[in-house]
Amino acid sequence: MAKQHSVKDWFDSGSPWVWLNAGGVAVSVVLVVGLIMLIAARGLGHFWPAAVFEASFTNQAGQQEVLIGEIRESESVKVDRLREAGYSLEGKTGDLIRYQIKTGNRDVVGLDFRFALEDELADREYPEDIVVMERTEWGNFYGYLVELRQGDKLVATEADAHRFDALEELMERVDDLRADMHKIEKGAIGRVNYGMERLRLETRELELDGKTPETAPAAYAEIAEGRAELDAEYKVLESKLSELYHAINRDSVLMRVMDGRTVEIELSKVVRIYRPNAYNLFQKIGHYGSKVWEFLADDPREANTEGGIFPAIFGTILMVLVMTVLVTPFGVVAALYLREYAKQGTVTRMIRIAVNNLAGVPSIVYGVFGLGFFVYFLGGAIDQLFFPAAAPAPVFGTPGLLWASLTLALLTLPVVIVSTEEGLSRIPRAVREGSLALGATKMETLVRVVIPMASPGIMTGLILAVARAAGEVAPLMLVGVVKLAPSLPLDGNYPFLHLDRKFMHLGFHIYDVGFQSPNVEAARPLVYATALLLVLLIIGLNLAAVSIRNRLREKYRAMEH
Amino acid sequence: MSEVDLSVLERSAVRNDLSQEEIAIKVRDFRLFYSDKEALKGIDMDIPQNKVTAFIGPSGCGKSTLLRCFNRMNDLVDGVTIKGSMELYEEDIYRKGLDVVDLRRRVGMVFQKPNPFPKSIYENVAYGLRIQGMNNRRKLDEIVERSLKRAALWDEVKDRLDDSAFGLSGGQQQRLVIARAVAVEPEVLLLDEPCSALDPISTLKIEELIHELREHFTIIIVTHNMQQAARVSDYTAFMYLGEVVEFGDTDTLFTKPTKKATEDYITGRFG
Repeated sequence: MAKQHSVKDWFDSGSPWVWLNAGGVAVSVVLVVGLIMLIAARGLGHFWPAAVFEASFTNQAGQQEVLIGEIRESESVKVDRLREAGYSLEGKTGDLIRYQIKTGNRDVVGLDFRFALEDELADREYPEDIVVMERTEWGNFYGYLVELRQGDKLVATEADAHRFDALEELMERVDDLRADMHKIEKGAIGRVNYGMERLRLETRELELDGKTPETAPAAYAEIAEGRAELDAEYKVLESKLSELYHAINRDSVLMRVMDGRTVEIELSKVVRIYRPNAYNLFQKIGHYGSKVWEFLADDPREANTEGGIFPAIFGTILMVLVMTVLVTPFGVVAALYLREYAKQGTVTRMIRIAVNNLAGVPSIVYGVFGLGFFVYFLGGAIDQLFFPAAAPAPVFGTPGLLWASLTLALLTLPVVIVSTEEGLSRIPRAVREGSLALGATKMETLVRVVIPMASPGIMTGLILAVARAAGEVAPLMLVGVVKLAPSLPLDGNYPFLHLDRKFMHLGFHIYDVGFQSPNVEAARPLVYATALLLVLLIIGLNLAAVSIRNRLREKYRAMEH
Repeated sequence: MSEVDLSVLERSAVRNDLSQEEIAIKVRDFRLFYSDKEALKGIDMDIPQNKVTAFIGPSGCGKSTLLRCFNRMNDLVDGVTIKGSMELYEEDIYRKGLDVVDLRRRVGMVFQKPNPFPKSIYENVAYGLRIQGMNNRRKLDEIVERSLKRAALWDEVKDRLDDSAFGLSGGQQQRLVIARAVAVEPEVLLLDEPCSALDPISTLKIEELIHELREHFTIIIVTHNMQQAARVSDYTAFMYLGEVVEFGDTDTLFTKPTKKATEDYITGRFG
C-alpha cells in the first residue's frame, strides 16, 4: 500500500499536540526572559555615567539659548503630530527625532527635563570641563566650575589647571566629615534617644504603680542618675556634632550654569562630583560600580528618588524570614492533625475545602483583616496589658513588622498546609508500620520518621509561600510598610529585633517611587532597577529554598518505590 | 524452584513433637472481622517457643492477617474487630489496658518490603533503643554491633555505619531491618514474607539467618514459597479461607498431609 500523507494522518500522529505543547513552553520562556531583560536593560542603564553635551538650542520663536544636559531618551515623532502641537516645521515631512534631555538644576530653572527636536540643537559638543554634581537636595546639577572656595579663601578659579584636583581633595574631606556625622546621628545619638525613651517609660510605669519619689526614692534616683548620664553623653555628642556641622559647611564652589548665571553651592550639600566627559572606560566602570553599590547599600535620599534602597531590601528579607518562622510550625501542625489524627470524613473534607478557598481570597482582604484583628484588636490588647506606660502612644497597636509578617503568614498558610499534607500522604505505610512495630508510639513515629521524610513537601510549601509573600504589596500597606522608615527593625539596641517597628519593602518602594514621588520622570529608572532587584531577590530566596529541598529529597529519595 | 538447600531439608528430617514444646503463644477461637466480613474464623493453635513456625496458604487465606494480630498491627486498620483470645506467655494480649507499645517491643516484626528509615545504618539499628530512652553511646555501640552480627550484616557494613541505609542493596536492607528488630531483644519475631522482594542469593542468606535466630527467638514466618517453609521451619500451619486447615511438624505436613486440601495445595493443584 502506498504511503499517504494527509492532514488527517498528521493529526493522528500526534505531532500537532507536541507542537502545541512546545509552543506553550516557548511562549512562557520568552515572556519570562523578556520581562527580566526589559527591566534589567531599563534599570541597569541608569547607573552608567552618560555623556553630558552642550549645544545651542533654537526654539520655534527663533530665540537661542545654550543647553547643558544628558540625553535620557530619544523617540521618533511624526511631523504632523508636531504641527498639531504648535511647531511650524516648514518643508519637513516624515519622522523627526525628539530628545528628552535631563538638564537638572531644578533649583535654578525650575524643571529637570527639556524636550528638543534634533533640528533645534546645533553645535553639539562634549566639553571635558562640564561638572555633574549629585546633591542631597534639588537633584543633579550640571555646569562649569568657576571658583573654589575654602572658607573665605579662594583656592582655585576657572583658569587654574589644578582646580579639579583641589575640588576632589575638598570633597574627600567633606565625605569623611559626613560619614562621622552619620555615625553620630544614627549610632550614638540614636542609642541615647532610645535609652531616654526607656527611662521615660520606666518613670511612667512607676507612676502607674502608684509610686512617688517619696515612696520609692531608690527607683527614682536610679532613673534620674541614668538620665543624667545620658544627658551628659548627649551634650558631648551634640557639641561634637555642631563642630562637625561647622566644619562641613566651610567650603563651597561657584558654578556657571547654561544660561550664564553663576550659582554658589556648598560642598556639604554635594554627595558626588564627577566629569563624565573626561572619564575613560575604566573610570566609567568604576563609577558604575560605585553607583550600583550605593543603590544596594545606602539609605534613600530626596523622597526616595535618589540614593539607595538598602532599608527596603533589608525589610523585605526580614519580613519574609519572620513570616517563614511563623507559618512553618502553624502549617505543619495543622496538616499533621488533618492528615494523621483527625478522623477522615465530612468535617475534614469541609476543612480542606475551606483551607483551599482561603488561598483564593484577595490579598487586600487579608490586609484589612490584619489591620482590624491583629493591629487594632490584638495589638491594642497587648498594649493595654504589657505597655500601659507607653500610652497613649501605641507600641504593638499600630502597624509593624510583626503584624505584616503575621498577615502574610495567614495568607500563605493554605499553601503550606496543602503541600505538607501532600508530602505526608506520600510516605509509604511500610515505614510507619516499621516504626510502630519497634514499639514507637504514634508521636515518636511522626517526629522521628514521618516528618523528616515529609520535609521536602514542607519545603515545597515554603518555597511557594516565600515567592508569594515577597511579592505581596497590597496588604502590607495596611499593616506595616511605610514610605520611609526612620530606623531598621534590626539594630544594636536591646532587644535587637524590633517587631513593633514599621519597615520598608521593595514592592511598596516600586509603587512609591513610580507613582507617589515628586519627580516621577527622574525616578523612573529607579523603578526598573528596584523591580529588577525584587525579582532577583525572590529568585534568590527561591533558589535557596529549592536547593535545600533538593538536598532533602536526595536524602530520602530511595523510599519512593 | 531450581535450587533447594538439601542440607537444610536433611536437618529438619528430625521429627518435632508439639506436645514436647514450651508454648509461647496460645490462640483460642480467635476471630477477626473487617467490618462485617469474617477474615479469621476461629483459629486455635499453639506457637512453640524458640522454634520456627511457618504459615502457608493461598493468597487471601488470612495468614498475614493472623501474623499481624500477634503484635496488634491490625489495630491501625479501620473497622477491625476481634473475638476470642490470644495469649503471649499466659497474658492476654487483647485485654483492656494492655500497653500495645510494650507488646510490640516484645513481639518484633519484619515486613515484606525492606523498610529502613531515612537514617544512617547505625541509627536504624539503634532506633528502637533510642525510643526506649537509651542514649549511652557505648552501650548503643555494643548492641548495634551485636545485632548486626546476629543479622549477618556486620562484616559488610562495619566500615560505613554512618552511611545512609538507602545505600544498601535490597537483601542487605532486609537484614538491616532484621537487625533493627532483634536489637530491642523481642521474645517473638514475626516475618511477613521477608524474602518475597529479594533475589535468590539474598533469600538464601535470610533463610540461613532464620536458622541462626531460632536459638534466641520464637519465630513466626509467613511465606508463599512452600520450599522455603520446608527449608526453614520446624512447624507449619496450612491456612485456607481464614481457617487453619492443618498444623503440625513441617516434615509430616509436607510428606504425609492428613487433609485433602493440604495435599492439593502442596502438590500445586491449586493456590
